[in-house]
Amino acid sequence: MNRVVTGAHYGLRDWLIQRITAVVMVIYCFVLVGYLLLKPQLNYDYWTALYSSQVVRTFTLLFLISLFYHAWIGIRDIVMDYVKPAGVRLVIHVLVILALLVYMIWSVQILWGM
Amino acid sequence: MNKKRPKHLALHLIKLPLPGFVSILHRASGLALFLALPLLLWMLQYSLRSIETYTELMELLAQPLTKLLLLGLLWAFLHHFCAGLRYLAIDMHLVSNLAQARNSSWAVMFVSLALTVLLGVRLW
Repeated sequence: MNRVVTGAHYGLRDWLIQRITAVVMVIYCFVLVGYLLLKPQLNYDYWTALYSSQVVRTFTLLFLISLFYHAWIGIRDIVMDYVKPAGVRLVIHVLVILALLVYMIWSVQILWGM
Repeated sequence: MNKKRPKHLALHLIKLPLPGFVSILHRASGLALFLALPLLLWMLQYSLRSIETYTELMELLAQPLTKLLLLGLLWAFLHHFCAGLRYLAIDMHLVSNLAQARNSSWAVMFVSLALTVLLGVRLW
């Protein structure tokens, strides 16, 4: 008898996304820390000069979107493991998704509205 | 399929091996960082918006209580970062036996704590 192993089939994709977003964030962190080490006397002018560059803004938004996607997968896994009642789980999932979408809009406002 | 499986979930009786300890801290620190996201985004916003909000933020960050909170978040970030790098190394088959798993777990604990102390002293 043929047994078909089923599932929702998002496991491998999410596993991969978790790692790709992690690598993006690691690279961003090293670049940012490198810049901060070059400017030991950090002040407002240096800080805003850094974020006035379109390249830095774009890279920062890429970092933040990676962070939000990474956080979604992680939080969803935690909720799936510890929250049993389906209703409660659904409510938490919806709230987390909405929060992360708002953070994404907020991030664009922060970076391009300064 | 209906077999009764043994369950042992008395959390205070389970002694986690070190890699398991690093693993649960990876979860806990990730959750803490997620909960701190609005605070961190707000800080980024205030640091960039104007010289007035920047100064306001710097004054707030000079408070001992805020520093303590940030130090906690700094540790959560560094632990999550180091433990994450360890998982990437495991995925690339760079960690293949028990001794390496234990040693790399020690390294994660040590490096993240040492960096927290180092940066904490420098920022305080």
